[in-house]
Amino acid sequence: MNPVVMQLTVRGLLGRRRSILLLVLPVVLLGLAWLQRLASHGSPTQSAGLTGNFALGTLLPLMCLLIGTGVIGPEIDDGSIVYLLNKPVPRRSILLAKLLVALATTLVFAVLPVAASAAIAGDRDFTLTAAFGVAALLAGIAYTTIFVALSVLSRNAVIIGLLYALLWEGVLGGYVPGVKDVSVRQWALAPAEHMLGADAAGYGVTSAVTVSVGLTLLAVVTVGAAWLGIGKLKTLRLAAAD
Amino acid sequence: MSAIVLDKVSRWYGNVVAVNDVTMTIGPGITGLLGPNGAGKSTLIAMMGGFLAPSAGTVALDGGHVWKNPEIYRRVGLVPEAEAMYDMVTGAQFLLANARLHGLEDPGAAARRALELVDMVDPSDRAISTYSKGMKQRIKMATALVHDPTVLLLDEPFNGMDPRQRLHLMDLLRRLAAEGRTVLFSSHILEEVEQIADHIEVLVAGRHAASGDYRRIRRLMTERPHQYTIASSDDRRLAAALVAEGAADGVTLTNGTLAIQTSDFGRFVHALPRLARDSGVHLLEVSPADESLESVFAYLVAR
Repeated sequence: MNPVVMQLTVRGLLGRRRSILLLVLPVVLLGLAWLQRLASHGSPTQSAGLTGNFALGTLLPLMCLLIGTGVIGPEIDDGSIVYLLNKPVPRRSILLAKLLVALATTLVFAVLPVAASAAIAGDRDFTLTAAFGVAALLAGIAYTTIFVALSVLSRNAVIIGLLYALLWEGVLGGYVPGVKDVSVRQWALAPAEHMLGADAAGYGVTSAVTVSVGLTLLAVVTVGAAWLGIGKLKTLRLAAAD
Repeated sequence: MSAIVLDKVSRWYGNVVAVNDVTMTIGPGITGLLGPNGAGKSTLIAMMGGFLAPSAGTVALDGGHVWKNPEIYRRVGLVPEAEAMYDMVTGAQFLLANARLHGLEDPGAAARRALELVDMVDPSDRAISTYSKGMKQRIKMATALVHDPTVLLLDEPFNGMDPRQRLHLMDLLRRLAAEGRTVLFSSHILEEVEQIADHIEVLVAGRHAASGDYRRIRRLMTERPHQYTIASSDDRRLAAALVAEGAADGVTLTNGTLAIQTSDFGRFVHALPRLARDSGVHLLEVSPADESLESVFAYLVAR
């Protein structure tokens, strides 16, 4: 983990125009949660619907895509990554430093707003807030790591990531039985379902996998993605078109 | 004193061969890597800088491999061709970050020294996004020098520089070479290269076409047969006079155009106006048929 790489990454991530989206999307979510609270008089069931479907299913993967592809993708595209790579710093610590910045940003701009939306829209003793907070944290870590790795592996990371986030995680992962088993969202919902216990089904918080399977798969995917990203960064081709 | 040794290095992308069986040693002093655009200069420099694995052959710095070996960057400074930098930070912050990434003992002092070397101390508190192309080029140069490397690899460093900045950089490179450093820079402009390079390596279409000091390269380039096309009031008489004088090796008359081939450029250009006047022939147009740098390079390859 290299502090200089982290500083440059923070400047790059928050200094670009798309960082405005990092603020806009959570504000939209919190606004919707507030409207939901007014419309449904703070019903936890309605709150779980908004947070589970929109916040966790759509907004979280999109935020992680923005953040994950923003910490290293632009530098690879324009070639400025060369100033990090031509240093006696192991490529592993460059990628891990960038990943750490991405995860911290995900926590602040994506995970906390998701949990807060449950609290605002309606909750009973913060049980929904805690359950969705844990699910968002686990899914956020996995999504962000996947997208960071994807932007090292492919120059089309945003397109691929968008298709994955919207189609696979958003649509197929929610409804198609076979796909449900291999969806980050479903894996992350397993501990949330466990935390809510008997109320889970009533809130519509159900997972296709058990807690242990979900946590194991999340860990495998996260570590695997980071490992792939590091491997690719070690051999990243930086020759000009010439 | 450091040396980069390339041994039978090739690099291909799919079916396209970018660098073809190049063997050369880059030692202390200034070496100019000369070649037309698309010759494979950037690919070669990327391989020397450890950013690209050779498809065949080896690249070594002082006996050690450069590929997948970030430790070489303690000795190597690199100026990439790409212009993009961390635009949102200031020049001074960027230099400091580079010095810290190198793990230098006093990064602040090293950053200041590098900025002084490239004459960028005053504008260094401005964001890089506000710099001109020439200023960005100098900041790139400063990042390559911040850790006092023994080897400098510069990809088209004079691009975008005005004449004054160009002279300043040439002066700086000469000083660095005089201190015993190995400096390699690429360019597609012969005049640029021959002004400062002790040694020139010519690369054409991925192949190592010529090697030597600039006098040898210059001689190779000027001694090649030159071709001109001429339009005049009497092509036949002018052709006869040129051949009789020995100013042309061959003449071809086709469709009212006279094509001349000569291996003695100086003699031809002096004889032509004189012969035309003496023969009472009006010269309407004289144009070189193959003066492009590409044709010069093509000639070198064919030798």
